[in-house]
Amino acid sequence: MTPFQTILAKELRCFFVSPIFYVVGAVFIFISGLIAHLMTVNAGQQAVRFLQIQNTYAQLNLNELVFRSLFYSLDFVIMFLLPILTMRLFAEERKQQTFELLLTSPVGMNELISAKYISVLLIYLGLLSLTSLTPLLLSFYSSFHWNPIVTGYMALALQGGLFLACGVLASATTENQVVAAFLSFGMILLIWLLGGLGSLVGDTTIGNVLSYLSFSEHYDRLVRGILEVKDIVYYLSGIVLMLFIAHRVVDSHRWT
Amino acid sequence: MITVQHVSKHYGHHTALDDVTFHVKKGEILAFLGPNGAGKTTTMRILTCFMPQSEGMAQVAGFDCLDQPMEVKRHLGYLPETPPLYPELTVDEYLTFVGRLKRLTPRRVASRKSDVIDQVGLGSVHRRVIGHLSRGYRQRVGLAQALIHDPPVLILDEPTVGLDPKQIIEIRGLIKSLAGSRTIILSTHILPEAMATCDRVVIIHQGRIVAEDAPDRLSSRLRQSEKMSLTVKQPLPDWLERLRTLPGVLDVLPTATPNTCTIDCQLGQDLREKLSQFVVSQGYGLLELKPLSLSLEEVFLQLTHQEENAGLGEPNPIDPMGQSSEQPPT
Repeated sequence: MTPFQTILAKELRCFFVSPIFYVVGAVFIFISGLIAHLMTVNAGQQAVRFLQIQNTYAQLNLNELVFRSLFYSLDFVIMFLLPILTMRLFAEERKQQTFELLLTSPVGMNELISAKYISVLLIYLGLLSLTSLTPLLLSFYSSFHWNPIVTGYMALALQGGLFLACGVLASATTENQVVAAFLSFGMILLIWLLGGLGSLVGDTTIGNVLSYLSFSEHYDRLVRGILEVKDIVYYLSGIVLMLFIAHRVVDSHRWT
Repeated sequence: MITVQHVSKHYGHHTALDDVTFHVKKGEILAFLGPNGAGKTTTMRILTCFMPQSEGMAQVAGFDCLDQPMEVKRHLGYLPETPPLYPELTVDEYLTFVGRLKRLTPRRVASRKSDVIDQVGLGSVHRRVIGHLSRGYRQRVGLAQALIHDPPVLILDEPTVGLDPKQIIEIRGLIKSLAGSRTIILSTHILPEAMATCDRVVIIHQGRIVAEDAPDRLSSRLRQSEKMSLTVKQPLPDWLERLRTLPGVLDVLPTATPNTCTIDCQLGQDLREKLSQFVVSQGYGLLELKPLSLSLEEVFLQLTHQEENAGLGEPNPIDPMGQSSEQPPT
């Protein structure tokens, strides 16, 4: 076992014995199930209304009525929940002084940070995969296009990956878990609001740069089923940047 | 085994370590002694590659702490002041984790784990969750963690802090039993601990090494007169004055214990025989006569006192130890 695998296994184990994981997991599954239910019921009511007015049967677009709203709602949910998952990663190590054990063991900084990030990413993807029950169940009763659902899940995975990388960075800066959670939440909100700032500035270079830096337009495209390389590049480069800063921050603790 | 040459560490304008140089030979136990904030932990953190020094050179097991940190980390076990434990893991899981972190093979992890569990006496609790263990057991888990990869060098930061007297004796015994095959540096601000466990003591104060020697030699080196403690059964009222008149006796001081006094004699003279003959001939009833040596507490106070007075001229170290030298060293 390499140190990377060792730390990864230990992190996963710590998640499964911590109450935080179960609370976050339960809240996430419950809320996402509830949203899916509400959207589906809403879609059914709209279908009935449509039938009453037009008196004709129309094929309802579930992609529009259910899934797109579901993906936008889930985006909002993970914005609140993921900072809770990442807050302990480094803050707890520093609080418990186990940081010294990790840094005085023959383990590289890259291995340490990537193992921690991958562990929380796996946890998140695991939770996310549970929400795939909604499209699976609906596919028995109706028909819809699978492609936008696949890109939608890609969007959620990449979006979550970016949020988690922000969380790793926030956790590396402090030994207080609550501060880490709020800091990563603040960072996520800031990145989000850059888009609003961009549209305020308008169609200038600065406006376009700001809009590009925000995740909203990238997320939007993926959820609509438009798969473009630039959006994937945006997310991956954002994740790498956050983890790189986290690397520098963790390393800098040794110098103070 | 461990070489530290002219190492300094600055935090901004604050100098935590100032030109520290010392060596530790293979198999030696070295105590790092100093008040809180003297620079003990900083030195240890430099040796364990946790933080880099500002100047100078530090080597462990022949590897440079700055250039070959991975090799250094492989060769040393480190117990920080607070044992680095994960309260949610069991002792077994934790030791497996640390063993793998230190890059042992799975088979070696298993054999070393059972060895260190026996060695530090964790046999009865190794399946329990660390968060539920007492302070003493946690300290042992911390020590087991430092030993798991069988390192030739051990660095222990205040290994007995916060333990009860029985646990302290056990941990000290354990550290002594580890010596010989391993080179050990331990830091402490408890002086008898250094006396009890170490071959050599380095006294550090305000980031500088103020003395370095074997514990007993340190106390004899700083002694400025021979001291005796004398207890008699039935002294006459003027016995102190009579004693003072003896040749070689510099001063006689009464102590808090009745019928006991402390006698200052000239350096290099053993007056025990003369004193005992005198006391017997006067019919005081000799109960006890013994030489006193400086305890490490006094050495320590004296050295740190000298250090503070260094700029003011002549050090005056005798006073602070005057009263306390009535107690024999522990």
